[in-house]
Amino acid sequence: MSGEFFSRGFRGRRRKSELSERLPPGQYLERDFPVLSAGPTPQTPLANWDFSIVGEVDQPKRWSWDEFHTLPRETITRDIHCVTKWSKFDTHWEGVSLDTLLAQVATAADYVIAFCDGGYTTNLPLEEVTGGKAWIVDTYEGEPLAPEHGGPARLLVPHLYFWKSAKWVRGLRLLDEDEPGFWESLGYNNHGDPWKEERYWGD
Amino acid sequence: MERRTLLGRLSWQLGEVVATRPETARTKSITLDLPGWRGHRAGQHVDVRLTAEDGYRAERSYSIASPPEEAPRVTLTVERLDDGEVSPYLTEELRVGDKLELRGPIGGYFVWEAEMGGPLLLVAGGSGIVPLMAMLRHRAAAESTVATRLLYSSRSLEEVIYRDELDRLVKRSAMLAVAQTLTRAQPPGWTGYSRRIDLQMLREVAWPVAQRPLTFVCGPTPFVETAAAILVELGHEPARIKTERFGPTGEKHDGE
Repeated sequence: MSGEFFSRGFRGRRRKSELSERLPPGQYLERDFPVLSAGPTPQTPLANWDFSIVGEVDQPKRWSWDEFHTLPRETITRDIHCVTKWSKFDTHWEGVSLDTLLAQVATAADYVIAFCDGGYTTNLPLEEVTGGKAWIVDTYEGEPLAPEHGGPARLLVPHLYFWKSAKWVRGLRLLDEDEPGFWESLGYNNHGDPWKEERYWGD
Repeated sequence: MERRTLLGRLSWQLGEVVATRPETARTKSITLDLPGWRGHRAGQHVDVRLTAEDGYRAERSYSIASPPEEAPRVTLTVERLDDGEVSPYLTEELRVGDKLELRGPIGGYFVWEAEMGGPLLLVAGGSGIVPLMAMLRHRAAAESTVATRLLYSSRSLEEVIYRDELDRLVKRSAMLAVAQTLTRAQPPGWTGYSRRIDLQMLREVAWPVAQRPLTFVCGPTPFVETAAAILVELGHEPARIKTERFGPTGEKHDGE
């Protein structure tokens, strides 16, 4: 169908070429920060918060909120891309690399599923979250991460659609075999690369 | 990936505009005939793609307003955003006889089907009524008697979408109640609420916690954040409260 149909009378806003290079296909530039989640914002007191690595590991690992803050931190500046079509440039975050966290367990797993307060999950191949590609962040634009944006801490995997950057994350379950998470079980693509426009099943 | 094989790929299809209808000064319903439509569930949305003559494209997501029973006709209700790129085209330029490219249905979480039962609590802010209206229309078309309450917040009476139809649905079903609040301007003699949604209002309108209602909340982000938090505070189970939020752009969103 593509190349044959056009929308009568539609001109649209032309992007500057610099913009086109940074915007994945089908995306538009957003200056605000939309909030998207499937249910109420969970409220977990920091005293009850912890972060765990469980599943296919030699020994499960757990950090309390205070312990998590003794780990080496990184600052991250990246563009982010939501499957609902908006992208946001140069977002600034601070947190702990998954490389740092995963260095403290021994595993032969190939996949990981992030689990969260509120029951949300999302799955990723381990190679997509290692090598400087993913973080657990608790700071956005210099401020503690707001609850509606996933505070106190969320996963950040900026090279994939943002539903992979699970809000209210509480841990990672390492798996030998892939297992779809929440949106992946509901019609969204299992991988979610914005540059390949992997939005839905079969994309 | 057995599931992929079963569900198949969402492909782009062309629908013909068979009717348009202004709902309010800012919103318009667009009814499409989609011969290849495989059906949808109330609450789902579609992706719409516009292509200019030179190949330039823009995509956005819009909620389906019509019930599954009207397939292969599908109605979208679109709110015009003054600085929008797609919604001004859909609400002002698109006419009967034009074709529109879309794919869907998308979203399998924020859905209600009559067999899911209830009681049902629907909470809408502004154009957040659209996917909830698909549920109410499905409820009527399926002749469901599931006890249902809608709390709908608008700025003024002129901005209430589907006003007459909501009145008709209430008259038709003793098991449906609609409570409205107008936050900015109220006409003389207004008997509904006249303030933003708050704890007292939800305490009055929502089902008792013990009845374990299925709840759907849709609207702008601050509205949804407030309503969902209050429902949890009142003791409703978070897992039975499904939310869908509009970003500041007012476009429809479903999952990041």
